[in-house]
Amino acid sequence: MGPLQFFESLPILFGPVWPLVWTLLKILGIILPLLLCVAYLTFWERKVIGWMQVRIGPNRVGPWGLLQPIADGLKLVLKEIIVPTKASKGLYFVGPAMAFATALAAWAVVPFSEGYVLANVNAGVLYLLAMTSIGIYGVIISGWASNSKYSFYGAMRSAAQMVSYEIAMGFALVCVLMVSASLNLTDIVHGQAKGRFADMGLGLLSWNWLPLLPMFLVYLISGIAETNRAPFDVVEGESEIVAGHMVEYSGMAFAMFFLGEYSNMILVSVMTSIFFLGGWLSPVGFLPDSFVWLAGKACFILFLFLWFRATFPRYRYDQIMRLGWKVFVPLCMVWLLFIGVWMMSPLNIWK
Amino acid sequence: MDFKTGVFYFLATILVLSSLRVITARNPVHAALFLVLAFFSAGGIWMLLQAEFLAIVLVMVYVGAVMVLFLFVVMMLDVNLERLRQGFWSYLPLGATIGLLMTLEMALVLAGSYFGPDSMPDPGAPVAGFNNTKELGRLLFTDYVYPFELASVILLVAIIAAVVLTKRPRKDSKAQNAREQIGVRRNDRLRIVSMPSEKE
Repeated sequence: MGPLQFFESLPILFGPVWPLVWTLLKILGIILPLLLCVAYLTFWERKVIGWMQVRIGPNRVGPWGLLQPIADGLKLVLKEIIVPTKASKGLYFVGPAMAFATALAAWAVVPFSEGYVLANVNAGVLYLLAMTSIGIYGVIISGWASNSKYSFYGAMRSAAQMVSYEIAMGFALVCVLMVSASLNLTDIVHGQAKGRFADMGLGLLSWNWLPLLPMFLVYLISGIAETNRAPFDVVEGESEIVAGHMVEYSGMAFAMFFLGEYSNMILVSVMTSIFFLGGWLSPVGFLPDSFVWLAGKACFILFLFLWFRATFPRYRYDQIMRLGWKVFVPLCMVWLLFIGVWMMSPLNIWK
Repeated sequence: MDFKTGVFYFLATILVLSSLRVITARNPVHAALFLVLAFFSAGGIWMLLQAEFLAIVLVMVYVGAVMVLFLFVVMMLDVNLERLRQGFWSYLPLGATIGLLMTLEMALVLAGSYFGPDSMPDPGAPVAGFNNTKELGRLLFTDYVYPFELASVILLVAIIAAVVLTKRPRKDSKAQNAREQIGVRRNDRLRIVSMPSEKE
């Protein structure tokens, strides 16, 4: 029996539960590569920052240090999970689980290429916003349940920061929704495939980043703030509150936060690529559209995350709040109005 | 019982149990978290009714924003349950009357013939390409545009009123003005004095 016949016989073998099994297989097909990406993103981060600081970075485990993330993972799995005596036992473990689960759940609506999406729902953008806004509970619950002042400070900072930047992020997305007239992520990508420049074979210039340039920047920067990455990482500012909400966690419980944070980083990169950089569309007319483009764009934005971390000093807390509320929100409102007027005028380019 | 009914009962059980825990949990943080769970289950039930827009917005607004701020406050409060229990019996008659009235009102609405399944016929299977969100948006901005705008104005008034009522200029505030800090030029901070070296 060849492999093809084997796969064809699977639906018959499982009978009525086949749709369930098939969906589970698809979920695994998303999560396993994602975890692998997370592992190698940590490796890549250490390498890139090493090079930027004229160091070598990890190079001991395996050829060129390539097995370093595997070794790190193994170490974290084997370590003991210590529960503080006065911690709130149940919630102490709910925290990391929520941080990780919501980071994975958001991937359900992400289209990777034409038709390659787990759930092609109409309200995909809303689902994504809802899932990312639930992610904050992992931080708050763990910060409170740890029964430590440092953890609690971390949780408070994170809550305030994420709620603030979600507003700017939401406004930036409203502009995207206005020009693409859809909440479906696949349709948003399709909307970027047409236009004057796309007809000339320069798809690169018909993507949303150009007419929505300020929103593109707002979304990117808010995405960095939302994932608590440097320079917005006051949530885990080592010099002030050690590691914020993760202070009391060890072993796999700590690793859950870590996995959640990095898969959120990848999610934000993929989302920025889909909303503003044309998703899987090819930048020039003579090359075919494919998943490779989406991966390339996401990798570029991930590189920006690492680059920023190596370049910028940490923001002061009041500066973070000022940037979110006094710079981004007014900018978004002005651009929202501008886009509205543009769409109503005869110069509308999104017909 | 088909799959959908099973899901409904599953969500409904969680909803009822978590709502009960909201009022019975001794720890206010636990109570707030059970409320989060209740909102989430309610969102699931709305999703079953094919109101996906409302379901996701419920999760986004109430779970993602309102309850986060709620938890924020509850976690920082030092709630003294003994003090809260004081005067329970003196407030009981008033509270019981209000509770009873609310139950009565709900019973009147829910038990009335105008709220049964017969008065709200099943909209039937949605046609292909039916978009819940789009339909809702169309209704809000055509038939119900004035009530919608009115509601938004009331919300705006509430926001501004809350800010105005609570904003007190503090004398001991050490807030820094980032614009001034960025706008600083060298000459504001530094004075170059010409001091020729002395000769013997």
